Amino acid sequence: MAWVFDDGRPIYAQLVEQLQLKIVSGVYPPGEKLPSVRELAAEAAVNPNTMQKAFAELEKSGLVITQGTNGRVVTQDGERIQDNRQALARQQGKAYFSGMERLGYARGRAMEFLQDMAGEVRE
Amino acid sequence: MNGLVEILGLTKAYDEHHVAVSNISLTLPRGKIIGLLGPNGSGKTTLIKMLNGLLMPTAGSIRIGGKPVGVETKAHVSYLPDRTYLSGNKKVKQILDYFADFYKDFSRERAVGMLQSLGIEPDARMNTLSKGTKEKVQLILVMSRQADLYVLDEPIAGVDPAARDYILRTILNNYNPNSSVLISTHLIGDIEQVLDEVIFMRYGHLVLYTSVDNVREKHGKSVDAYFREVFAC
Repeated sequence: MAWVFDDGRPIYAQLVEQLQLKIVSGVYPPGEKLPSVRELAAEAAVNPNTMQKAFAELEKSGLVITQGTNGRVVTQDGERIQDNRQALARQQGKAYFSGMERLGYARGRAMEFLQDMAGEVRE
Repeated sequence: MNGLVEILGLTKAYDEHHVAVSNISLTLPRGKIIGLLGPNGSGKTTLIKMLNGLLMPTAGSIRIGGKPVGVETKAHVSYLPDRTYLSGNKKVKQILDYFADFYKDFSRERAVGMLQSLGIEPDARMNTLSKGTKEKVQLILVMSRQADLYVLDEPIAGVDPAARDYILRTILNNYNPNSSVLISTHLIGDIEQVLDEVIFMRYGHLVLYTSVDNVREKHGKSVDAYFREVFAC
């Protein structure tokens, strides 16, 4: 039961995110055949119908392509993967700024803080 | 296609002051794993017993696969009761014989495979097994049938987390788009991600029948958290 889900959001949406992450990070490289719905559902310990719904979503966005009886593969379209990576990065950025806002940091100060931190992390 | 289970105006009154199930109408589709949730005394087990023909409704009807509950539907419903009914001094393999005898849809091969993967000896006597192991044996028997409907009454109560994971994985691995699984429990958090849909019952009434992701989308919380809110004392 290696996949972890948080409470407040639909499970299929979280599956979509986690699969997107695996694709843009290269765990599933472009053109690679994906495990079957049944296999992935068992691995994530989720309902197969929920996994199916997540795949349908990924197909709609073009990240995953169904090849008839051959199963599903990751798209070879590098641009599309790049777009997805950027969308995920935007989410991270948004989450950072809104989190800092709650802590009382205005945009500018949050930016400065991030820059300082980047230096620290590098060391 | 019609639903797998069609329940219409179902009522069970033990006497005029004790109405365990009150006017429930519900259609359950095929290919779903459905949680039957409700506090103690909400009528879950009474409903389950009527699905299995162990109790007769006071009013209303149940059809399974288009047929009224009876001998014919029992052949297609695989039921795990909330307490053990297997004789203690029988060997595991003797119980396999019983099941093979009783149920045409029982796959001994499947049962033996699952027992093997758990390291349970077919020659072991039931009363020498731990409580958790006994529950696993019973679940294996029930899931080794090729039924249309699996009805599991509290399958995860009283077993350790590792056994619970095994039980949930067994249910998932046996998933089949033509059959449905109805699981009654009050331990929602543990099985929430395995479920498609949930039925909430209270005081014998149907409170809610919806999908898990629907609850999460609409209320921004898990079914477990939502359940605690709806049934807060």
